[in-house]
Amino acid sequence: MAVPIDNNLTKPTPPSSTLRFAFGNVLAFFILLLIGVLAFSIRLFSVIKYESVIHEFDPYFNYRVTQFLTKNGIYDFWNWFDDRTWYPLGRVIGGTVYPGLTLTAGTIWKVLQSLNIPLSVETVCVFTAPVFSAFASWAAYLLTKEVKGTGAGLTAAVLLAMVPSYISRSVAGSYDNEAVAIFALIFTFYLYVKTLNTGSLFYATLNSIAYFYMVCSWGGYTFIINLIPMHVLLCIVTGRYSSRLYIAYAPLVVLGTLLAALVPVVGFNAVMTSEHFASFLVFIVIHVVALAYYIKGMLSPKMFKVAATLVVSVGLVVCCAVVAVLVAVVASSPTKGWSGRSLSLLDPLRLALGWSRALDLPVPGQRHSRLAPSVPGYKTQYQAVKKTYASKYIPIIASVSEHQPPTWPSYFMDLNVLAFLVPAGIIACFSPLSDASSFVILYLVMSVYFSGVMVRLMLVLAPAACIMSGIALSEAFDVFTRSIKFYISNLSESLQIDAGDTVPGNNVSPPSDVLKNDKKEDMLKERPSRKNKKKEKENIEKPSVKSKTEKRPLVLPVEASFFALFLTVLLGGFYVVHSVWAAAEAYSAPSIVLTSHSHDGLHVFDDFREAYAWLSHNTEVDDKVASWWDYGYQTTAMANRTVIVDNNTWNNTHIATVGTAMSSPEKAAWEIFNSLDVKYVLVVFGGLVGYPSDDINKFLWMVRIGGGVFPHIKEPDYLRDGQYRIDSQATPTMLNSLMYKLSYFRFVETDGGKGYDRVRRTEIGRKHFKLTHFEEVFTTHHWMVRIYKLKPQKNRIRGKTKKSKSKTSYTTTPRSGTVKKNPWH
Amino acid sequence: MEVFLTRSRLTLILSLIVFLSLCFLSSSALSSSSSTTDLKILTAERRIDLSSHIIRVVLTLKVQNDGASTASNVLLAFPPAQAKHLALIHAAEVAGKKRKKTLHPLDVMTSNNADLPNGAKLYSVALRNPLSAGGSVTIEVSYVLTQSLEPFPVEISQSEPQLVLYRDSALILSPYEIKQQTTVIRTPSTKVESFTRVEPSTQTRTELKYGPYEDQPSFSHTPIVVHFENNNPFAVVEELVREIEISHWGNLQVTEHYTLVHNGARHKGGFSRVEYQSRPTYSGVASFKHLLVKLPPRVHSVYYRDNIGNISTSHLRTGYSKSELEIEPRYPLLGGWKATFVIGYGLPLQDVLFESNDGKRYLNFSFGCPIAETLVVLPEGSKNPSAVASRMLLAPSNHT
Repeated sequence: MAVPIDNNLTKPTPPSSTLRFAFGNVLAFFILLLIGVLAFSIRLFSVIKYESVIHEFDPYFNYRVTQFLTKNGIYDFWNWFDDRTWYPLGRVIGGTVYPGLTLTAGTIWKVLQSLNIPLSVETVCVFTAPVFSAFASWAAYLLTKEVKGTGAGLTAAVLLAMVPSYISRSVAGSYDNEAVAIFALIFTFYLYVKTLNTGSLFYATLNSIAYFYMVCSWGGYTFIINLIPMHVLLCIVTGRYSSRLYIAYAPLVVLGTLLAALVPVVGFNAVMTSEHFASFLVFIVIHVVALAYYIKGMLSPKMFKVAATLVVSVGLVVCCAVVAVLVAVVASSPTKGWSGRSLSLLDPLRLALGWSRALDLPVPGQRHSRLAPSVPGYKTQYQAVKKTYASKYIPIIASVSEHQPPTWPSYFMDLNVLAFLVPAGIIACFSPLSDASSFVILYLVMSVYFSGVMVRLMLVLAPAACIMSGIALSEAFDVFTRSIKFYISNLSESLQIDAGDTVPGNNVSPPSDVLKNDKKEDMLKERPSRKNKKKEKENIEKPSVKSKTEKRPLVLPVEASFFALFLTVLLGGFYVVHSVWAAAEAYSAPSIVLTSHSHDGLHVFDDFREAYAWLSHNTEVDDKVASWWDYGYQTTAMANRTVIVDNNTWNNTHIATVGTAMSSPEKAAWEIFNSLDVKYVLVVFGGLVGYPSDDINKFLWMVRIGGGVFPHIKEPDYLRDGQYRIDSQATPTMLNSLMYKLSYFRFVETDGGKGYDRVRRTEIGRKHFKLTHFEEVFTTHHWMVRIYKLKPQKNRIRGKTKKSKSKTSYTTTPRSGTVKKNPWH
Repeated sequence: MEVFLTRSRLTLILSLIVFLSLCFLSSSALSSSSSTTDLKILTAERRIDLSSHIIRVVLTLKVQNDGASTASNVLLAFPPAQAKHLALIHAAEVAGKKRKKTLHPLDVMTSNNADLPNGAKLYSVALRNPLSAGGSVTIEVSYVLTQSLEPFPVEISQSEPQLVLYRDSALILSPYEIKQQTTVIRTPSTKVESFTRVEPSTQTRTELKYGPYEDQPSFSHTPIVVHFENNNPFAVVEELVREIEISHWGNLQVTEHYTLVHNGARHKGGFSRVEYQSRPTYSGVASFKHLLVKLPPRVHSVYYRDNIGNISTSHLRTGYSKSELEIEPRYPLLGGWKATFVIGYGLPLQDVLFESNDGKRYLNFSFGCPIAETLVVLPEGSKNPSAVASRMLLAPSNHT
């Protein structure tokens, strides 16, 4: 176990230490390789426990896009108008999707094909995320190394390789944008810090390209383009301006913005939306500062003072004029009111929305027009915005659980001990504070804020927390081992009088071996090496220290050091155990296949695919399937059928229409669906087997979203005394709604007349009823998916004319329902 | 069928896809002008087994040569509808009686004689020894007809049994005069709705007996229709693509892509899971959800999936002489429903690949009965692959 090679990166280079230097690099290389393997393999639990399959919802869309790309090529991909979703509107995929992930996987597939490795597109997609998480941990190593040296880098890399928060988004099969984006994010930050440290234009250019990749991959790129300007500003304000800062920033803004504008989904947003304004503002500021420094260099101090006063006074006047003009322009244009927007940056709700748009998530359609009331003053506008959002758009975003603010347990679940190590890391970053470490601190602070807004953004926090914790652990080990070594050298000195001339390495290696044996259980392989390195550093410094017979300030008593070392290792052990558990148990389920352990072994619930396979083989190719939007992506990808709404919730009205239909009584719902050419209605029902995230549990959101657009759907009609229930106390509106009927149709016959719902743990309220306008065509084995067909219209009986209703326009149909007022009484 | 390949250098696997399209061997018609009228069938017995959706017929003919010259071929005639659905035909010469009965397989070829009444198709059986004048021989012909049961009613609901029609002739179609003939039709159950009576015809339990009829001239035809209940799975593989990959590393990987359809009476109306689950004897009797796949022994890495992932309902039993894979489609197949799936498995190469003395290697692998399209991937560096089909493939679609 003992690793005799020392990882020495210190300056003096006698032959032996050059060799050590080389050994250290080789060791670091192999450790990184192992970290990569660890990052990859810890994410394979899902494949081993389940199968190599695409997970969840969004990955199915990405998978479908990748299939299209590999089949039809890049040009067709850019021009792809998808008529299989959002019927009858369709969706322009090429212009609305972040292509980074798709292009990456497509490229990998192509390269493998050209190497005669016949992997299927699906396999490539499944394993993209684990591969990129290995890259991400390497990127974290590079970034932390720039900040605090190799040891901290390796610690941060190993922490990132198995941080549960990141695992949750990058297990094999989780083929989502975040899979590659986190790598791109960290790598961009690394290149920024690298440029900052070196002042090399080469790295600055690479930085822009990395930023471009990030823009391609994920809407979260706005985080970068706001964080880096903030850091630049911070540096300027704290008097840390240097030409390196200029080189790190100016090319990024120019090149990065140009490149970002090339991505169709971003396009002119790269210069026109408020998310990017900060970068331009700071771009101007840094030039002004650069000019000031330049002039300062030319002029004598006194002259400079005079010039500064002059410029500042003139500048203030000009600024006032510009601000006045700007305000006037803003006030005159109703849609580009960025006063409201900039304010909204501080509003968590609004922020969540901004992110959700950035992340290609539920985005209400006419947000812009609604968002810009004509500036009646900040306060009122703010309230107006909030009110509009609360009433109109919150439901659709709030209905997604990952858009809720996180709870404290989720911090512990996703970060575990990192949450406690982060403060220590911050302290370590302050001693001494460099440009790089201030950047990392800023990154951490900002990501903590964002993760507090939306649980999903915990993902952005995770790398920051890993870097901080890596620094903290590394520093802690540094201190502890240094104290131990100091003690040992003192000890040996007292034993032999002429110990001062002995080779330090000889002195140190036995205790270091002891130490390693102590922490044999420690899985983090780089720790011993880092420890050694620190020891070496200490050794080199020691002669001088010793000659002065001065104690270093940070030397702890040896017992305390050993104890603290033991505790730290224990902490790391807990982290590893927790991470492996999270990877194996919590985050490995693909969510399209469910398993349960019962006394007679494993039971598999494969109902979703059963239903999708049935749809794909036993319905016409052009049939339209209506379901709640959660299942849209899966239906198009697995069943290859046209859906009305899907997880790209860009059109609130359309979703509200489906929600209204689900909340309406059968007849009205039939009319809505018929007007949308729907042939099949798919509902997910968990009452038989106890699957909690079914449509009945989501039903209130359908009511809310539907009611937000079609006011005749009122939430209180579905609640009895504010309680959502489906038992005999439920309201008649609830019991007559289409969703209730489709879910519980003939359910009562399964358990001999009781109709006990295992999710709601109650007997259902209305047991025996018939469907008049719908017909059950398929129900899966465990009843989890039920598919109904719209019955054709009945032949009209002569002489019996019905009151004619407009069936062409679905927007009026629900209204006519209101006129009728409770047809079911 | 064999694929034969020359010695190849052991380089990397992969690539080189050889596409072997199996043409139907339409053999040259044998000149049989002399024998059509001279032969005579003394006794003919036909047993038609309708107990599944595949019709198996065994025809025993005793042929006598009344002509002056020797006859080397015996012709069999099929009505065009049957000839179209003829999947497999075997003929054998019967020697010896009862206990000591031995069968000698005979070659059967299509015989393209255009000018036959009503477009009947002829198959010619080449005898082992030419039949001398006055001599007689007994031949047994067994053939399989597919897709010849016609569901009636065409659409049934979930609770109804499946009734089918079988159309044939009470008299055996033959280019020769038949002195005496009987036909026995076996139905899967006693539930026979109706059948055409051609006296003498009787029904005893699950058997319908037509005949014996005496002295029927050649090409006599009396249509009959049997309408009976048949709830057997009408599983039809509409399309099967099979990829066989021969690897240098001692493995033969087989991947079979199936498109399965229930070809019986179409399902009408809704499908109620509660009825299907609670009353399995009444509800969806004509549906099926199990299939048994027979695989060679020593298979390994068997998988069963479709294009959206693994299908979790399957059992594999490996045995000494064969392996059995019991699979369930994702959902029960009712009439007209379709499903697709892929079965893949590996075989140790030494079981199927042999090396001959001249350095050539032979792949001896039973491709099974049904092949629509076969793709053989040879190792890189293989030269001059050639294929020898050992059996005629008659039907482009076939049955499991």
